Amino acid sequence: MREPATAETGVGARRVAYRGGVFLPETRRAAGATALLALIALWQLASSLGWMSPVFAPSPAEVGEALWRMGVSGELVGHLKASLARLLVGFAIGGTAGVAFGLAVGLSSLVRAPGVTLVSALFPIPKIALLPLFILWFGIGEGSKVATIAFGTFFPTVIATYGAVDNVDRSLVRMGRSFGLSQAAIVWKIIFPGALPGILSGLRIASSIGIVLLVAAEMIGASQGVGALVLSAGNLMQSDRLLAGVVVLSLVGLTLSAFLGLAEKRLLAWR
Amino acid sequence: MQLIADSITHAYGPLPVLKDISFTIAPGEVVAVVGPSGCGKSTLLRILGGLEQPSSGAALVKGAPPPGSLNPLTFVFQDFALLPWRTVAGNVRLALEGHGLAGKAAAAIVADTLARTGLADFADVYPKQLSGGMKQRVGIARALAVKPAVLLMDEPLSALDAQTRTLLMDDLVRLHAEGDLATVYVTHNLDEAVRLADRIVVLSRRPGSIKATFLLDMPRPARSAEDPALVREARRLWDLIRADAAEADRELADAEVADA
Repeated sequence: MREPATAETGVGARRVAYRGGVFLPETRRAAGATALLALIALWQLASSLGWMSPVFAPSPAEVGEALWRMGVSGELVGHLKASLARLLVGFAIGGTAGVAFGLAVGLSSLVRAPGVTLVSALFPIPKIALLPLFILWFGIGEGSKVATIAFGTFFPTVIATYGAVDNVDRSLVRMGRSFGLSQAAIVWKIIFPGALPGILSGLRIASSIGIVLLVAAEMIGASQGVGALVLSAGNLMQSDRLLAGVVVLSLVGLTLSAFLGLAEKRLLAWR
Repeated sequence: MQLIADSITHAYGPLPVLKDISFTIAPGEVVAVVGPSGCGKSTLLRILGGLEQPSSGAALVKGAPPPGSLNPLTFVFQDFALLPWRTVAGNVRLALEGHGLAGKAAAAIVADTLARTGLADFADVYPKQLSGGMKQRVGIARALAVKPAVLLMDEPLSALDAQTRTLLMDDLVRLHAEGDLATVYVTHNLDEAVRLADRIVVLSRRPGSIKATFLLDMPRPARSAEDPALVREARRLWDLIRADAAEADRELADAEVADA
């Protein structure tokens, strides 16, 4: 082997045109925050200049003030407590049952075909349509609202869970068997952790469905709760309080998704 | 302990994959099974290890496994089959958990195995941080931790690049020189087969049946990849397989379920 001559640049040598960089978006955090602030500033400006009626579209400052007043008077805490209790209890029931049933569908041929059929049939029903029925069953109080949320979060969790179980690499299961692991050990040490990423992203979707159902249920029959607050503010044309309620709901959603994000980060650190 | 393939015949539905395979793996013997792709050699290995049931015939064991053997028939997989959420040490420990070992007893075996396989510094590392070669070293360490009577290796180096493969082959030769570790080594790589095996079983194309068996009596540690005698043996094997491999290559892919 001998070393070849080095590059022969000279007359006639042209640079190869770069054509690799296209559609490679970067995430610029500052730009995101700026866009949000700019929207709020524009809104405030439009209100201050009188372009928008304060009744139909109150300014961000007015919404902020309403939020502050409700916070100081303790009104907000009451609504928030009622809403969070319903959401968390309903989501806990629906999520836990959903993961359990999803695992059963994913693991057992006995449960699988009937389970998938039932879930496919019931999943597309808008769950809020069942609230009147749940009111008949569980009464107008907390029971019917919690049941609606539990029912609504159950189905997406089941679907995500059994999909995630199906996606666990079969060669890992075979490996577990080849090292003498029992069926229970394979479920808890291989299938469940392998399905966890899919389960958690299913819970994320279920949680946002849960918030939708929470608000809808509170609008139909509740005196306490953020949904009730939004509805009654609308009836009284208090659009500043109405939007304050919407802001609170958005914050609830963000907080819940932040908690799930934290869980993902801790449980899926290996990724 | 002997592992015996007793007239194993297997079909996936209407598709015959193995036809009347019989041979015995003696204690300490390294048997390579070679053949064109799709000849059912991986299926044969899974049948030997009890992961699949043959249509007829059986995998048999005779005699007791060596004392202290936790998992007499132990696999090393082509795709490593490591749990990505467990560290290297955790993956090795998993094999012991299957045999009711936990806590200090398991930790001692894990530490000892990792030290023996040169992985001690990687105990707390996750698989995704490792190169393919290191992943397979973990796969081998996991298998050694349970003290197999027969190691069942399914194309253990196929997923690796050529350079890594050379390095790992050296490791395997060393490992087999250290102690008599009976092995069934399934591969399509003839150089690997002649480097490691005491005996080479050549399968025909699908349905795989035994086409020839060769004994290699050169001492394993003395074999080097460049040894003209070994090159000659590999050449001989290739002449035997070539026509089958060419035909297998032209087969339609939808029949490939057999070796999937």
